[in-house]
Amino acid sequence: MSIPGQKHSVMLTRRLLVQIALLAVAVIYLAPLFWMLDTSVRTEHQAMTQLPSNTGKAIQTLLIPYPLHVGNYRKVIESPFFKIQLYARNTLVIALLVAIGSMLSASLVAYALTKLRWHGRQILFWTVLASMMLPFSVMMVPLYRIYREFGWIGTNLPLWLPTFFAPPFYIFLLRQFYLTIPNELMEAAVIDGAGPFRIWWRIMVPLTRPALLVVGLFSFVASWNNFIGPLVYLTHQRTFTLALALQFFQTRHGGVAHTLLMAATVLVVLPIILIFFLAQKTFIRGIATTGIKG
Amino acid sequence: MSANSRITWRQQLIGLAFASPFIVGVALLLVIPLSLSFYYSFCHYTMLTPPIWVGTKNYTQLLSDHAFLRSLFNTCLFSVISVPLALAWSFLLALLLNAPNRLRNVYRTIVFLPSLLPLVATAVIWRWMLSPMHGPVNFFLQFPCHWVGGILSQIALAFHASPATVHTLRHLKPPLWLADGKWAMTTIILLSLWGVGQTVIIFLAGLDDVPLELYESAALDGAMGWRRLRYVTLPMLTPVIFFNLVIGIIASWQIFDLPYVMTHGGPGRATLFYSMYLFEAGFQQLRMGAACAMAWVQLIIILLLTTIAFWSARKWVHYR
Repeated sequence: MSIPGQKHSVMLTRRLLVQIALLAVAVIYLAPLFWMLDTSVRTEHQAMTQLPSNTGKAIQTLLIPYPLHVGNYRKVIESPFFKIQLYARNTLVIALLVAIGSMLSASLVAYALTKLRWHGRQILFWTVLASMMLPFSVMMVPLYRIYREFGWIGTNLPLWLPTFFAPPFYIFLLRQFYLTIPNELMEAAVIDGAGPFRIWWRIMVPLTRPALLVVGLFSFVASWNNFIGPLVYLTHQRTFTLALALQFFQTRHGGVAHTLLMAATVLVVLPIILIFFLAQKTFIRGIATTGIKG
Repeated sequence: MSANSRITWRQQLIGLAFASPFIVGVALLLVIPLSLSFYYSFCHYTMLTPPIWVGTKNYTQLLSDHAFLRSLFNTCLFSVISVPLALAWSFLLALLLNAPNRLRNVYRTIVFLPSLLPLVATAVIWRWMLSPMHGPVNFFLQFPCHWVGGILSQIALAFHASPATVHTLRHLKPPLWLADGKWAMTTIILLSLWGVGQTVIIFLAGLDDVPLELYESAALDGAMGWRRLRYVTLPMLTPVIFFNLVIGIIASWQIFDLPYVMTHGGPGRATLFYSMYLFEAGFQQLRMGAACAMAWVQLIIILLLTTIAFWSARKWVHYR
């Protein structure tokens, strides 16, 4: 993008300043991730010894973990206090169910809000907007009680079943997308004699696939990262999710085995980082649309 | 299908059927819990025994509950400082990331990635980063502290400050962050800036939407740099700023994960936040009635602040 009326030298200086600022920002945002990886491949002794007083040497020891110590990962995976395979499976099952539930139910409701004509859909839309603002804490105690009556405390049901009842944020997101789809496509199908469910499944779901993917990814990651839900509803360690287990692991180790803690953290965030790199464009487009057309 | 034709019974039923997941959800997961929570907020309730009606006692007792008042104050402070700070910081980042640059997408990825990580992981990583003895933050801060302390102690000497002051300045040390009651809140506020990636993305999308012609005509009028930012970019972005402001206010009043994992509210009650105390009162002290009362106060505060934001929006948000 070239802007008329600007002097060349001013442009150059500004570019240089921007470049320096960007580098500084990149260091700030990457340093914790680097430090996490760095600590996870050290021995406990290396991580905890006081740094040498010689500045150059200190920086060298701080930045380069040598010799590489990969044993921490094996220790974490074999640790009886952090059964990572079990927690990973628990987390994955919940996150997949949450993604499926959110995509299916929010898509149906967004379709009803935008493409079907019926009394009350305007009220329903306002209800969607209002319920997005409610803090979880208002519902926390009564929901706990209701789930207790059903005998669901200690199971993963409270963590995924509600998402089959159309989380409002995802309805809103899909609605924005449905509004961009022309009605003519639907009318042609009506003339061909297709029923509303068929129209939804055969026309709308394929057309809204990019937005559905956004909902799937967002809800998956939100579920993977959820902390307060598992903290409230899960009672046995064998049902724990990764986020909850990580917090438990930290308090158990009480600041002792930082190397193991960091190795565990790497394993917890790795799937999210992988998903992000596989679907970076979808994430960024999804977040951009929530803010712009809202 | 004309817009004015009457809605048939069949259409009405089909509409309701497709909307039913949300309608049922609102009834089961919203209306019932909300009414129950409202009722419990006037009860002595431990969940082990049936609720006993106590009137407004739960609410009046909040006024003399020091831990509650502290958590209210802390959350106010956090919200008032962190929301504008995060807005300004993410806007600045968006401007930087919008500048033409060969590595632009790499930088965008770097800033965005941390916002996707579980907050528990963020908390665990940063606790280790900020470890006063072994963390890299204080290791690198000790150099600027040394220089600044040296200069300041010379100035203090010149102004005949007390020897004690000169001594502390000369041995200026980086803060203890989470371990220091005076710094813990500042630390949490600063850390929340590490996760602003999603706000940045929304700002970037907003910047993308500013029509290029506006910049061109501004340039013809001689408006460059700061003036262009002030009179073209900012007004065009006010809807996006408003959106991020509302989201920021709502989220700031619910902050939980980060302080819960990092400090558990400490040292003392320096980082005890509203949602944390609510959780503690409900699920650890089994004062479920009090927890519900707190939740309703929280809801009203959030509603009030959002209403004020929407009301003020008429004065400063420019919709195209």
